[in-house]
Amino acid sequence: MIEFLFFIEVVVAGLLAGTMYSLVALGFVLIYKASSTFNFAQGAMVFFAVLAFVGFMELGMPFVVAFIATCLLMVFVGFCTERLVLQPLMNQNEDTLLMATIGLGFVLEGLAQAVWGVEVRRLDLGIGDFPIMWIVDNFGLFISALDLTASLVAAVLIIGLALLFKYTKMGLGLRAVADDPGAASSIGIPLKNIMLLVWSAAGVVALVAGMMWGARAGVQFALVDLALKALPVLIIGGFSSIPGAIIGGLIIGASEKVLEVYLGPYFGGGIEGWAPYVLAIFFLLYRPEGLFGEKIIRRV
Amino acid sequence: MHAKSVFMGYTKDDVSKFVLLMVLAFVVVPLVVETEYWYSSILIPWLCLALAAVGQQIVMGFAGQLALGAAGFMAAGAFACYNFILRVPDLPFFGALVLSGLVAAAFGVLFGLPSLRVRGIYLMVATLASQFFIVWMIDKFGWFKNYDTSGIITAQDIVIMGKTFTSPMEMYFVIVVVVTVLTLLAINMARGSTGRNWMAVRDMDIAAESMGISLLKTKLQAFAICAFYCGVAGALFAFTYLKSLEPVAFDIKLSFKILFMVILGGLGTISGAFIGAVFILLFPVLLNSVGNNVFHGAIDATIISSIEQVVFGVLIIVFMIYEPLGMAKLWENIKQKIQSKLS
Repeated sequence: MIEFLFFIEVVVAGLLAGTMYSLVALGFVLIYKASSTFNFAQGAMVFFAVLAFVGFMELGMPFVVAFIATCLLMVFVGFCTERLVLQPLMNQNEDTLLMATIGLGFVLEGLAQAVWGVEVRRLDLGIGDFPIMWIVDNFGLFISALDLTASLVAAVLIIGLALLFKYTKMGLGLRAVADDPGAASSIGIPLKNIMLLVWSAAGVVALVAGMMWGARAGVQFALVDLALKALPVLIIGGFSSIPGAIIGGLIIGASEKVLEVYLGPYFGGGIEGWAPYVLAIFFLLYRPEGLFGEKIIRRV
Repeated sequence: MHAKSVFMGYTKDDVSKFVLLMVLAFVVVPLVVETEYWYSSILIPWLCLALAAVGQQIVMGFAGQLALGAAGFMAAGAFACYNFILRVPDLPFFGALVLSGLVAAAFGVLFGLPSLRVRGIYLMVATLASQFFIVWMIDKFGWFKNYDTSGIITAQDIVIMGKTFTSPMEMYFVIVVVVTVLTLLAINMARGSTGRNWMAVRDMDIAAESMGISLLKTKLQAFAICAFYCGVAGALFAFTYLKSLEPVAFDIKLSFKILFMVILGGLGTISGAFIGAVFILLFPVLLNSVGNNVFHGAIDATIISSIEQVVFGVLIIVFMIYEPLGMAKLWENIKQKIQSKLS
């Protein structure tokens, strides 16, 4: 029974940690859905956003002001990206765009470090990374408050985005663009504004993801590597599906923890580093489009 | 304007260019460059990384497979070479080099398998697995490091035919020989039927398949050859530049560096790999010396390296927008402009 409880605990901890990956993956999906651009810079955006946030806090801004300031900054970053990178590269093939976003990622990482320095910073959200006593007492499970908060925040974000896409005019335009950019712009949907909206939304999502990760692991460059783990999440969930990003994150989070706890000791640990990627490869072999992705059809 | 070929389809122009380069590498450089710094900090790493970039070029520039695991293959090659020399008595250095390249090639085939199903970003993620897995494996299993606990293993001396190559200039000669042979091979493959198959797959794999080109064979071949080049480059890198073996030296940052060399240098050209490597290697040196001499160290070293990152990123974006074929093409264009002005 104790062993089973322990297993449940590992799985739950993994699932909750997985929502943190989902948060990063969400930003990728937003941009991919609207523009079929794979934004490799999303990880860098996470790093950039949270470093900016901590930087603003250090200037003495209160929490809310710093949050809003960072959001505005991310909108500005989105604006610049749209004008300076995406527009000149319109109608280029995917690989070119992907490489350009790798470049963008380097620019953001470099800028963030040049402005705010390289030292590791602590981010205190007032939520501890320790088990909640109430759950320990009632269910006997050790579940971190931060994990739980992260998953709640993820849920709120997703519901918010879903409402935004479903009920606003902008959202309708966005879905039209995602469906067929050519047709959408021919009936007068402002493509530029839609892209700006998407990149801004991705920026804000990046900020939230960064805050959660930063509270756990400290605000540091390693966040970029953590964000890389969102890639296998996307492969499993599919690039164009928001539910896919969530489920993919949960699968990666849970399997990573279970593998580490039960298989790790046989290999001397540390398999968390590559297990998600290998898992993603197996998914790729059976379902290249991911669980919820659109079927890939290629013609000559 | 078809020049007559004089040797294996190469024109007189090609041959004279090759002879010129060889004279430059074997006679002029050793005569002109005397400081050890230039050999050990610039020429040696340049040639090693350029060789890895040639491998990356083959898989990415010619076969069109977006791979991001060059450093992983380099690590495999470096540690294979260390173990071959350590465990096989009387194995000549070049033999160990070839064998370590083959070990890396085996990894290349293994992690190239996903390329049969996926492309683009999907493939990139799959190749990331190789990067993380290989480095983790070397780090975790003591056997690869000969149960060394200090974390840093000193590389053995390079012994060829009883002579020990220890000074930077001697090592430089060893590398030049290897790089020359492998580069010539790469050029030959690229312009032969092998290379044409790669390019057909790159430009449209379904069309290539319907023309009777085996995707399985072509893609895996490209991955194997890429990994072979990276493996040899990694072994040389560890034995001549780092002079030690540590898995952390082959982290994802190195993979990105090699990717950038290929993108900035120019996709689909062998010379692009060398041009890109020169740029990626020399630019930080230049930036550092500007920081030290112009600002007299007023700018922090970490800030300089951040600026370097920003510049690389901006350059990639700019090249993607204005000249997706990179510096090699840019150079070509400048040459043509000058020629047309002159005539």
